[in-house]
This record gives sequence, C-alpha cells and structure tokens, in this order.
Amino acid sequence: MKKLVIGLASALAVMTASSAVAQDKFKACFVYIGPKTDGGWTQAHDQGRQYVEQELGDTVETAYLENVPEGPDSERAIERFARSGCGIIFTTSFGYMDPTLAVAAKFPDVKFEHATGYKVAPNVTTYNSRFYQGRYIIGQIAGKMSETGVAGYIASFPIPEVVMGINGFLLGARSVNPDFKLKVVWVNTWHDAGKEADAAKALIDQGVDVLTQHTDSAAPMQIAEERGIHAFGQAFDQIEAGPNAQLTAILDTWGPYYVKKIKAAMDGTWKGEEQSWDGLAEGILAMAPYTNMPDDVKAMAMETEAKIKSGELHPFTGPVNKQDGTEWLKDGEVSDDGTLLGMNFYVEGVDDKLPQ
Amino acid sequence: MRPGTWKFRREGEEGVIRIELVKRPQHSAFFSAMSPFIAFGLTLVFGAILFAAIGKPPLAALYSYFIEPLSEMWSVHELIIKATPLIMIAVGLSVCYRSNNWNIGAEGQFIFGGIAGSLIPILVPGFQNAATLPLMMIMGMIGGAAYGAIPALLKTRFNTNEILTSLMLVYVAQLFLDWLARGALRDPNGAGFPGSIRLSSAAQLPEIAPSQGGAHLGIVFAVIAAVVVWFMLRSTLKGFEVRLIGSSPRAGRFAGFSAPGMVFFAFLVSGALAGLAGISEVSGAIGQLRETISPGYGFTAIIVAFLGRLNPLGIIAAGLVLALTYLGGEAAQISLGVSDKVARVFQGMLLFFVLGCDTLIHYRIRVAGRAIASAMEKS
Amino acid sequence: MDIAQNVILTIMTAATPLLIAAIGELVVERSGVLNLGVEGMMVIGAVCGFAAAMITGSPWMGVVGGIVAGALLSLLFGFLTLSLATNQVATGLSLTLLGIGVSGLIGESFVGKAGIRLPSLNIPGLTEIPLVGKLLFGQDPIFYLSILLTAGTTWFLFRTRAGLTLRSIGDNHKSAHALGIPVIGYRYLAVMFGGGCAGLAGAHLSLVYTPQWVENMTAGRGWIALALVVFGSWRPWRVLAGAYLFGAVTIGQLHAQALGFGIPSQLLSSLPYLATIVVLVLISRDRRLTIINTPASLGQPFVPDR
Repeated sequence: MKKLVIGLASALAVMTASSAVAQDKFKACFVYIGPKTDGGWTQAHDQGRQYVEQELGDTVETAYLENVPEGPDSERAIERFARSGCGIIFTTSFGYMDPTLAVAAKFPDVKFEHATGYKVAPNVTTYNSRFYQGRYIIGQIAGKMSETGVAGYIASFPIPEVVMGINGFLLGARSVNPDFKLKVVWVNTWHDAGKEADAAKALIDQGVDVLTQHTDSAAPMQIAEERGIHAFGQAFDQIEAGPNAQLTAILDTWGPYYVKKIKAAMDGTWKGEEQSWDGLAEGILAMAPYTNMPDDVKAMAMETEAKIKSGELHPFTGPVNKQDGTEWLKDGEVSDDGTLLGMNFYVEGVDDKLPQ
Repeated sequence: MRPGTWKFRREGEEGVIRIELVKRPQHSAFFSAMSPFIAFGLTLVFGAILFAAIGKPPLAALYSYFIEPLSEMWSVHELIIKATPLIMIAVGLSVCYRSNNWNIGAEGQFIFGGIAGSLIPILVPGFQNAATLPLMMIMGMIGGAAYGAIPALLKTRFNTNEILTSLMLVYVAQLFLDWLARGALRDPNGAGFPGSIRLSSAAQLPEIAPSQGGAHLGIVFAVIAAVVVWFMLRSTLKGFEVRLIGSSPRAGRFAGFSAPGMVFFAFLVSGALAGLAGISEVSGAIGQLRETISPGYGFTAIIVAFLGRLNPLGIIAAGLVLALTYLGGEAAQISLGVSDKVARVFQGMLLFFVLGCDTLIHYRIRVAGRAIASAMEKS
Repeated sequence: MDIAQNVILTIMTAATPLLIAAIGELVVERSGVLNLGVEGMMVIGAVCGFAAAMITGSPWMGVVGGIVAGALLSLLFGFLTLSLATNQVATGLSLTLLGIGVSGLIGESFVGKAGIRLPSLNIPGLTEIPLVGKLLFGQDPIFYLSILLTAGTTWFLFRTRAGLTLRSIGDNHKSAHALGIPVIGYRYLAVMFGGGCAGLAGAHLSLVYTPQWVENMTAGRGWIALALVVFGSWRPWRVLAGAYLFGAVTIGQLHAQALGFGIPSQLLSSLPYLATIVVLVLISRDRRLTIINTPASLGQPFVPDR
C-alpha cells in the first residue's frame, strides 16, 4: 500500500512538474491533417516543427496533433491547444480555416497561423508557399527531356492550389516546347499509394514519358523508375525511390518560416491580418539536386531558378491565353496574386476539362 | 487439442488449462450491470501497462485520457458534439440489426441527409424564418431515408445483398458530395475553394447553453430518438415484429408479418436517423456543406450500436464512451505526447474488454486446470 | 499491342490484393463467421511484410511475415468471438481500429524507406512472347499464388470432406455440433486462414504493388474485399471475376481521364462501385442460387452446450 501511495505521489509530481516547465517556455503548437509520417504534406510540416526545436532549442516547446479531421474535430483540437497554453498555433490544412477563425475569436491573446487559406483576423494570419515557381522549373525540364512531348500529371483534388500547379507546369514546358501537351488524371485522394501507382501506369501506357504529381506518396516515382521514364519528386527528395528516374523534386521547407514567426511571437513583433506568400527566394520551398539530365538542361534549370529568385522572371507573365483561347494576360502583364490564389481555370494547352 | 485449451509445463510437470463457457440458465442481471465496470477496470490496468511500456507515466496518461476531457465544461460540450451523430446513427442501426438487416452504409445516408437538408439554406439563402430549421431537418431525414431505401429496394425486389449495396453506396455518396461541394453548391465568393456558403444563423441549430460551450440541439434530437425507438422496440406491436423477425424470420412469417415490409421499415428508420444526424452536423457543428462532412461516423456508429447492446438507451452511454476515447486520445497527445496511434490501440483495447466482458452476462467462465501425465514421457 | 498487355497487367495487379483478402474472408464466412476486420489484418500484413523484408533483406521473408502477422491478429478476433462468443460485427470493426493503430506504431521507423520488390517471374524464351508472355509468365509470385488459392479453395470447399464439413458448420452450427463436429476448432482454423490471406494481401501491397510503407496504405481495400465475397455469392471463381471486374473498371476510368473525355472525375471514380452494384443486382435475381450459397448461420455466435 505504501508503495502504491509513493507511486501515486511521484506520478502526480511528474504531472505537475511537466506543466510547470510548460509555463516557462514559449509553446508552439501544430495541427496536422494526416499522419506526421505521411511522406508528403504533413511530414514536411512536421520537419518544420523539428527544425524549430533544433533552432530555438530550450526556449520553445512544441506540440502537435496528427490525423485531425476537418470540421468540428479540428475546432476542438485547436481550442484544446489554445487552452493548454500555446502561444502560437499553426493549422496546416485549408479546411481548418473557419475553425481557426472561430477559436481565434475566443482567444485574442493567442496567435494563429493558417496555411493556404484566405481569411485573416487581428490574431490570425495566413501563410503559403509559391509552389508554382518550382512547378514552372520542372515544367521547363519536362519540356526539354520529353521525347513524346507529352507529360502526365497525377492530381488530387481540383482546388486552386492544384490548378495553379498544373498551369505553372505547362507554362514552363511550353516556354521551351510550344507544342507540349499535358494529360491530367484526378485520383480524388491525397494519399493512396496504390491508386497513384495505377494512375502512373495508365498515363505511361498512354504515351507520356515524364510524370509529375500533386499527391503524397512516392509510388509514381517507383513506377517511373520501373518503366524507365522520368519523374519529379513531390514535397520530398524521392531520389531513393527513383535513382534513375528523378530529375529533381520540389521540397517543402517550412522550417525557416516557422522559426521566423515563432521568434516574432516571442519578442512581440508578430502582427495579425497578414497574408504571407513566400517563394524560392525566401527559402520556403527549394529544389532538390538536378539529376539524370544533360548538362545543358541542368544549366537552364539553374538559370531559371536564379531568375525566379531574383524576381527577374515571374512564371505567370503574358501573353497567356485561357484554355478556351480567350486572352488572360496581355504581353508582359504579370498575374496578380489574388487571381493565382483563386485559380479555377486552365491555361491554353491542358488536355483536360477542369472538374467543376 | 481443443481450442480454448492451453498446455503448460511447470517444474517438469505437464498439464492443461481449459477455459469453457457455460451458458447461464438466465442472463445475469448482476453482470449485465457490472460488466462495463469490470471492462473499465481491466482497461485501466492494461492501459497503465501499455503506457508504462512506451515510457509514459501511466497515471498521468490515464488521467488525461479519462478525466481531463471531463474536467472542463467546454470540453464536456465537445464530448456531446462528438457523441451526437454517433448516438443518432446507432439508434437507427439498432432497429436494422435487431431485424437482421445488415445496413453498413449509414455513412452514405448521413451524407445524403447533410446534402438534402442543406439544399434550402444554400439555394434559397433568403428564406430565413421559423420554418427554416424544421424544413431542413425534415429534408435531411427524407434524404437519408431515400438513400437508405435503395439497398432496401434492391434487397426486396432483386434479392441483392444489402451488405454490398449499402457499403458501395457510401463511396458513391462521398464522391457525389465532393462533386457538389466543388460544383453546383460551391460558394461563388469562396475564392475557388470547395464548400458552400456559410449557413445563416436562422439555418444553424441553436446551441443548448451558449455561455458554456458549443453543444447544439442535435443532442436533444438524439436523446429523443433513442427514447422513442426504445419505447417502440419495447412496448409496441411494431417493436415485437422487429424482434420476432430478427430472431426467427419463419416465426415472423407465420405471425403474418411482412418480411419485405420490415426491410423497408428498418432501412427507412435508420436512413432517416442517419440523415437527421447528417443535417444536424452540417447545421449545428460545421455551419456549411463541405466536401467531407464525416470522419467516418457511419462506421464508428456500428461499433456504438453493438457496444450499447442494440438497446437505444445503452447506445447513449456507448456513444458518450466512444466519444470520450477520441477526446482522451487528443488530450493525451497534447499533455504527454502520446502518439495518436497509441490512442487508437488503447481504444481498440477498451472495445475488446467491453465486448469480452459482456460475455459474462450470458455465460459463466469455467477455468479447469489439471495436471496430466505427459503422453510424451510415456511414449 | 503491348499496351493491351500492360493495361491487363495493371488490372491484375490492382485486383490481386482484393482477390486474396476476399478468398480468405470467403472461407471465414463459409464457416459461419463474419470478420469485418479485414482492413485491419491487411494493414498489419502490409507493415509486417515490409518490416520483415527490410530486416532480413529478403522479400520472401516479407511474404511470410505478412501472412504470420495477419494470422496472429485474426487469432485475437478468434479468441474473442469464438471462445468468448462476443459479437462478431463489433469485434471485427474494433479489430480494424486496433490494426490501424498497431501498424502505425510498427511502421514508424520504416516510413519513407524504399522497399524491396518481390521479383517477378522471368522465364527466358517464354516471358518475351508477344501479347501474352508477361501475362502468363512474367507476373509476381503472389499473383500466381492468388490463382492457386482460388482453385485450391474451390477444390477444398466443394471436393473434400473437410470442405463439406466446413460448409455444413456455416449452414447450421447446431446440427454440425450434434453430429460431433468440432465447430469451434474448424472456425478457429478458418479465421486464421482468413487472417493469413488478409496479411498476404497486405504484403502484396507493400512488396509488389507499391514497395513502400505508408500509414493506412490499404486505403479501404479490405472493405472492398468484404464486398467482393458477397458479390461472388461465396463462390471463389465468382469472387475472382468480381475482383477483376472491379480492377478493370478502376483502371478503365483512369484511362478515360487520361484520354480527356471531360467527364467529372467523381463520376468516373464512382463507376467501380456502381458497376459492382449493377452486376450483383443482375446476377442475384435467381433467389434459389443465392440462398443455397449463403452461409445460413453467418455472424451468429455459437457456444457448444455441455
């Protein structure tokens, strides 16, 4: 009995000790839509969180909730975080937008950052990454590398982010091969390795010799390797899955952004109502090493990357027509961010009807 | 060797232990009441071992699992929000399962309820008066019942197995909702993102105690549904028919009850309740029609139905318990960093103990151990 | 015409895990037990198959690992439903929850690793035959195993005494028991066979289909397998036909998309489910046939009287 009492007491001591520590440190919290080891979107955010722990060390404590469904579950998860002493909460899925705002209204002293959304508040900002910059570069590479002149695009859901990626890719490809064609397959899922593999095989059987994807798994890369064609990694360097197939990969590197914003929250310089949309220049995305391609293609890709970083090149610069042939951007005109963020039309040359 | 038999060897001696179930002459009222508590006790013990094994303080983990979600009012409200759809769907399913209709497509009926119920406030947003909410709820029930009628029709008319049809229709419903939320019902000012307009306040189910937390009127519907179905099953002719056809279809036929009629009755009731759960979720908890409105409530509710022993009142308790395991899993993740996979293992363990202990209601367990002269030594 | 061969290969690869898991569940259901935990056993098979292959370096050990893991998890289901007579539907669903959780824990250290592919058959001279070479002589070993399983299960169920006994248990466990047949023993074996098959199907996913481990990688395939058993009205070759039909429509809709017909992808994606319903409606109109094949005591717990 005595042992039990001591055991109870020590367990309670551990509990109180851990909560005491929590009050000393600044707490940064993350809500994830998928498992933190999904090999894609969520894992990239979790690496950002780990980067925060590395960089800010003892001054910050992080916590996360994974597999949080959108809807009321996410509102509850965010609220629980807000009540547990989080100083800043990152909600990393579009569907968390309204729940984030609802909780933020109840906790004016807590700071909220919502990924990929468009609504802000005095204590809510949004952040996103200009993935289309990477898409443009891989499009150019595809335009040079493809012998058939047709690429395959495995897409998840028709949201502006994905449509923007498809358009960016095609504009890049057409900048070096004006007749380039793109076949799009929608798999209606973010991660189902088997389905992604099936889509990859179907596209290859229909004659594409370069694959790219806006889904999470490395399965298409494996199929590309097996069938002897080229592909681009998504979110992570997938060179291990496709040592001969991967040309490059668009890497999601959220870490530096998270460090910047957590520091700002700690020293009081954090501001609400902001909509941050960083790109290659700020390091929120990066390109994996350019491999399996001739030197001239590599040189071209590096030059494009440098130009985008310096601001000399914007992928969405006119003349660009919409899919139906009507003019979207005049010669030299650059698209505004609002149109890009809400993009719901294809540019000319996409061989698909946009699901509406 | 017979199943349920284990050989053991101790100090050179061999023996067998046999676990046998012996049917009780009548079901044990004692264990009927006590088995959940025994199960809970076992879960605590094994849970503590599980948490210790992964290097987390067991008591703190159990505390955050079972007590923390109940320690604050807002969290109790969240518990109710999570339990509401589970209870409502499971009450309907109890009618199905008691009458031997294997509806496992409540998820699809939930979705169709959500769609049908939100048509009015999305397509006619100006229609805001006292009739808005009742109309939405009725439309939701009709939507769910209509979708549930498909497997019933195929079963009675074409003899098609309802397990397959109701399950397959779930996927169809999910894709249909996805299509609507990105197309016809999308918010034109939503920057191209999926999802309808936000429902106006006249189209949102009111909260039952706004000062304390977010629980909405849905829980009241759920409890009313449970009580009505409980009464129906227990004290009406229809309830007798459900039970009779469920336990013996032949006897049901002799008694003059229509088997196809019962198929429709079961599917329509469970479809309507799943549909009501769907529109309550959209109107009370989410506030808009989204491309997904359920994290699998229709499937989890099947567990709830059986956990509540197919008794609507038991289902209320079962729904709350299962909701608690979700909330507890989150609390443990936040306060102790217990992975959400551990939370799910723990949840599975709890369910197994509850199901296993219910055996005691109808059976005695006899453990017979005896040493045997080892056959091997002799040979 | 190598395209046709490739498309058929893709269909067969997509159908194989469904077929194997469904054949296993078919035997379980023929014995009168309904195990809704196929998804959980499959995902455990996937992760354990992957882990065993990575640790030993041999994909064959992965296959063994997947089968053993699936069978072990099914034993838990067997203990609860057969020895403790718990409700089969609820126990099976809980098994799925548990399986997904446990697989996530086991798999944590294997995420993002390139897996080891089980080598496909390669017979010089035969595999290169145009049009059919790869189909007949160039597939993965588990594919051939799935055909053998289908044939073997048919033979076992309808041509052997033990098969007859198993079916009689599924039809009426009380009379089987009265005849002195060890009902529970048969059911334990059937449940473990089903678990082993689900584990093998999972291993096919993580060693052949997409050699990698991703959390939840079965993505609902266990549920489709369950539906296919019903679709095949508990007959193995019909289950095979159902699996290939489902695979063909799934792959076909991807091709339709790539051709750019402009049909909403949601409608195309729902075709496999609709097709399964429609075909089942057509074939199940013969009420007599369905009644003959449906195990009458499916899902009912059985405890021998003593």
